[in-house]
Amino acid sequence: MSLAFDLALCALILGTAGLAVAGGNLFGSVVFYIVYGVLIALAWVSLGAADVALAEAAIGAGVTGVLLIGAWQGMKDAGGLEAEITKSLPVRVLAGLGAAALGALVGFAILSLPGHDGLTGPVAENQPALDLGNPVTAVLLSFRAYDTLLETLVLTAALAAVWSLTPARFWGGIPGPKHITRPDGVMASFGRLLPPLGLLVAIYLVWAGADQPGGAFQAGTVLAAVWILIVLAGLRDEPRLSSLVLRLIVIAGPLVFLGAGLAGALAGLALGYPEGHARTLILIIEYALTLSIAATLALLIAGPARRAP
Amino acid sequence: MSAMECFIAGLLALGVFFYVAGTVGLLRFPDTHSRLHALTKADNLGLGFIVIAAGLYWGDGWIAGKLALVWLLTLFAAGMAAQLVARAALKAEGGE
Repeated sequence: MSLAFDLALCALILGTAGLAVAGGNLFGSVVFYIVYGVLIALAWVSLGAADVALAEAAIGAGVTGVLLIGAWQGMKDAGGLEAEITKSLPVRVLAGLGAAALGALVGFAILSLPGHDGLTGPVAENQPALDLGNPVTAVLLSFRAYDTLLETLVLTAALAAVWSLTPARFWGGIPGPKHITRPDGVMASFGRLLPPLGLLVAIYLVWAGADQPGGAFQAGTVLAAVWILIVLAGLRDEPRLSSLVLRLIVIAGPLVFLGAGLAGALAGLALGYPEGHARTLILIIEYALTLSIAATLALLIAGPARRAP
Repeated sequence: MSAMECFIAGLLALGVFFYVAGTVGLLRFPDTHSRLHALTKADNLGLGFIVIAAGLYWGDGWIAGKLALVWLLTLFAAGMAAQLVARAALKAEGGE
């Protein structure tokens, strides 16, 4: 893309980032953070990294935005908003110094990267062994499978942390308030119109992910969005958190991933795949991960149980 | 510049005009409902012109179809969001 477009995009990214951090209004900061995520996704498109752009738009702007708005609502309900904005000057200076130090470290790390084009060559060389067309999927599920496995476990651990906030009397119950909408209203109509399209997009993303941009994280996020929309539209209530089926779906992905890794370890290489079966195994892991990521993200947004089972 | 390119540039300019009009409305109108009116109507019209311009520029049926789908989904989403924001604003003002 043209230099003028990239420069304008960079200015917008820096501007929204500054407003998200500097604003005295917490809700405004959340809104600017979401806009920032969308702009970053555009920047990834401009850099030719469609996979990262999809993940950033879906998770960075979408899911994180919804979580932050939920957190803001929770703070407002608890009367914690006024206290939050009037932090003392030393606290602000310390926070600013910490953020500046972190920024300097990240900048130093990026500037000290070796000048050649990274690991593109070795990935392209070894990719045919996996029979995958998408180099990003090859890196995520084979060459750096360890990182991806830990990422999915982090999501599961985060859900366990959220669930641990449940008051004892609601344990295993239903999260969130019951959403009641007019059956012929705008929200209910929208909740009927979009889910079929969302399901189609999610299935396409995970199916195409082996050879084209897409994959488990992007597809899982779209599925989670469909789930949230159906609940918000009042068409279905959230599930009971004590449901065995639900819990199996949450851990299916990490479990299948771990199982494949352990089987590889017994055969000689942890998280390695037997020759000739890499593609099949990676696809099975991707499909299981998609379901688990979708359920985990949707349940993270739903929060701890607030109604008795 | 060929006649087609002039036509595409004209469509783009028209799209940008409606976006600017929508933004001016958002900044200048006095209350939530008027501001929503400016945003949802003018911006979606502007997006429509830009989608038509982009479709003609690429000259490919598939791309044009996908762009049209993007526009259609944006119309649905913007329309629904506007309804919900308007209802929330009504409640905040004390009416229902």
